[in-house]
Amino acid sequence: MAAAPESADKSTGLLAWIDQRFPLTLLWKTQVAEYYAPKNFNWWYYFGSLALFVLANQLVTGIFLTMHYKPSAEEAFASIEFIMRDVSWGWLLRYLHSTGASAFFIVVYLHMFRSLLYGSHRKPRELLWIFGCLIFVALMAEGFMGYVLPWGNMSYWGAQVIVSLFGSLPVIGGALVEWIRGDYVIADATLNRLFALHVAAMPLALVFLVIAHLMALHEVGSNNPDGIEIKKHKDKEGHPLDGIPFHPYYTVKDLMGVMGFLVLFCAVIFFAPTFGGLFLESPNFSPANPLQTPPHIAPVWYFTPFYAMLRAVPSFWGTQVWGVLVLASAVLVLFFVPWLDRSPVASIRYRGPIYKLMLTIFVVSFIILAVCGLKPPSGIYPTLAKVCTTLYFAFFVLMPWYTRLDRVKPVPERVTGHV
Amino acid sequence: MSGDQVDRGHLGGPGAAGGAAIALETQVDHSRRRLLTGASVAFGAVGVVFAAVPFIASWEPSERAKALGAPVTVDVSKLEEGQMLKVVYRGQPVFVVRRSKAIVADLGKHDQLLADPKSENSEQPDYIKRSGAQRARNPEYWVGLAVCTHLGCSPLGAFEPNNAFQVEGSNLGQNWPGGFYCPCHGSKFDISGRVFKAMPAPKNLEVPSYTFASETRLVIGEDEAPNSA
Amino acid sequence: MFDPKRWLLVAAVVLAAGPSVAQESEIELQHARTDIKDTESLKRGARDFMSYCSGCHSLMYLRYNRIGEDLHIPPSALSSSLMFTSDNPFDSIVSSLPRDAAEWFGKPPPDLSLIARERGPDYIYSFLKGFYLDSTRPWGVNNLYLPSAAMPDVLWELQGLQRPVYKNEPDPDGSARMVLAGVEALTPGSLSPQEYDVFARDIANFLDYAGEPIKAKRQSMGVFVVLFLLVGLVLTYLLKKEYWKDVH
Repeated sequence: MAAAPESADKSTGLLAWIDQRFPLTLLWKTQVAEYYAPKNFNWWYYFGSLALFVLANQLVTGIFLTMHYKPSAEEAFASIEFIMRDVSWGWLLRYLHSTGASAFFIVVYLHMFRSLLYGSHRKPRELLWIFGCLIFVALMAEGFMGYVLPWGNMSYWGAQVIVSLFGSLPVIGGALVEWIRGDYVIADATLNRLFALHVAAMPLALVFLVIAHLMALHEVGSNNPDGIEIKKHKDKEGHPLDGIPFHPYYTVKDLMGVMGFLVLFCAVIFFAPTFGGLFLESPNFSPANPLQTPPHIAPVWYFTPFYAMLRAVPSFWGTQVWGVLVLASAVLVLFFVPWLDRSPVASIRYRGPIYKLMLTIFVVSFIILAVCGLKPPSGIYPTLAKVCTTLYFAFFVLMPWYTRLDRVKPVPERVTGHV
Repeated sequence: MSGDQVDRGHLGGPGAAGGAAIALETQVDHSRRRLLTGASVAFGAVGVVFAAVPFIASWEPSERAKALGAPVTVDVSKLEEGQMLKVVYRGQPVFVVRRSKAIVADLGKHDQLLADPKSENSEQPDYIKRSGAQRARNPEYWVGLAVCTHLGCSPLGAFEPNNAFQVEGSNLGQNWPGGFYCPCHGSKFDISGRVFKAMPAPKNLEVPSYTFASETRLVIGEDEAPNSA
Repeated sequence: MFDPKRWLLVAAVVLAAGPSVAQESEIELQHARTDIKDTESLKRGARDFMSYCSGCHSLMYLRYNRIGEDLHIPPSALSSSLMFTSDNPFDSIVSSLPRDAAEWFGKPPPDLSLIARERGPDYIYSFLKGFYLDSTRPWGVNNLYLPSAAMPDVLWELQGLQRPVYKNEPDPDGSARMVLAGVEALTPGSLSPQEYDVFARDIANFLDYAGEPIKAKRQSMGVFVVLFLLVGLVLTYLLKKEYWKDVH
């Protein structure tokens, strides 16, 4: 692990007893009080600690919801209303959890975007990025399963659509879908197993992945908005000249960040928990009805960009599997970014106009895709979705070339734009 | 583990390799830091208490539990002397027995058979304890939990005085005053639910709170008659 | 050169233009302007719902005693004016309609506990005002806002009868087409149009309350919570600034 702590003061009393048996003070010093982070973090650097905070929120509120929720097709919907009306403060637990789910994706998307801005995915942080992508995939699975649990009409039909995607796989499709469902249609068996995965398996996986993510981060140290390695210039004690100890500087700054986040988070919870039907969709306030599909099926907003891509791909040779493959590729391509990025510089501050253009196009396309996914597939939206899907992939597929060809500016030796 | 322990003593001065990132110790206003940190910690503590309330409160009985545990109204107008009915209150069976005046008059006469004739060691509302041998608000009706205080079996009614064999397969003994008999381990109780001496059961049958909303409407689970319904 | 701000503006224009292109022509809902803080309206709505709707429509997730607490209705008034099919205030509102109602109506009258969360109070308000005579339907009526509704017009005595109004909207290929555009009064009811509006609004308001009884309380709580957190934000900001004086 990391080197022994430098402060000479020895712990006394109870702390000493613990330290002889468990590396408590060692961990505190190496991971927090004497872990050096770049001093020039800007607003983009709040989202990592916010993601951790939201994860904690989801875990705690989720546990308390599980104390009252009933995971059966007969009782699930009613148990949600039981929580909203009969359980003391149940409504707040529910809204904390549902708003938290959307907040998680907002924070994670922004957190990932930061990496594209400053090159935090590049060597030696490729594994850090990969753990992050794995967390993203696990989070999408967790969000999907969580949405099915209330067993509203959108829960049911959303599950129907997503599970049947697997049916498009050749040869194994049909059997696979039946195996996933545990029944011939989306049914009680499906709900119950998604509950087990959502409440036990996925949270465990998420927690382990987050720990791995943080360990990988601490091994190499954070990147920063200038994309330069602060460990290149150290002082007499071996600390980066441009580094500051995480505690107290970033503990205090992240505390402020959490407070700001809480203001917005609670404003939504107390004044607009459905957020206009984006965080809690209207069709889900009526129970699952296998005989009646909602007027139009849309996943929750955080999946809609990928949903739009899925719908954008027409069926060829009698199969829909191409859309499914495009959807999968849209997520998988993320894993390869550290190797697709061939620029000599990491941060957008020192990259040329091509990268700035491509990144802007990427963001705009992603947002347009999100809107397309929310709308029914008519009017201009299908065409828009096809165009934006192409642009989304272009960002990644062409990256090896445009990052190499792009003009770059000279990179400073020491960080800039700091306090 | 305060931030002040960070190595601010070891600084490169302005000339050394561009200078390290942290200020000199002498420039730090410690009292202001302590104040702000203290204020933030106090704020945080208040916040944590506020935040804890919903989680802890969510464990309280829900409206559904309160509904299921609500007082039970029993109409006793059709109950005849010597008859018993059972209702469920908060998941437990409750006896309501209509007793004849003769039986009620004799309630004080067999104290020597009882382990706790004054109900000192058993569970009942104060007003029941104060009613003495009757152990009831209205002597004509006895109300009590049909749960044997030994291991929880449901006792049988054996209300005929001096009939030792009214319960099949058991001998209630001579001078049986009328009461309850628990078939599981043979505990005997009188018709006020008071346990006999030397029984497996240690205490008298428990009496829940109840009241009479009218002459014939018994409300189990409430001490006072409810406001005009 | 390539200005991100310009691209975002383009995106915004595209998104704004979208809805007007994609939307199907649909009768616009009328605005109910309900106010869940108007307790008198909610009380009237509760009473009217119980009188006119609860015969067929249950509110199975709303308990009588909850209505009593939230709307400040004492137990005696609660049971005399609201409780018709139950004498236990802990019970929820269940209609006394027998199970085979589906045969009478084509489909069973749905539970309305969450209708306001699913469709909105404007829909309920409009729906209550939207019945019109239609001889092609089993009950002789149709509804502007729920075409081919299975529900009969149980409120015709209050509102009076309405008939449909059509307008000429040519097809894309030019041929004339009459399209349902609204309704107009045919015969008067026992309530004036303004009184019926209030009636419909009260029921929509009550159902909005029924969909989420905690809504008014959560909004007022929210003011304190957000203010408290803003104080926290100021405090932690000052704390951060103080410590970051060290950093240069």
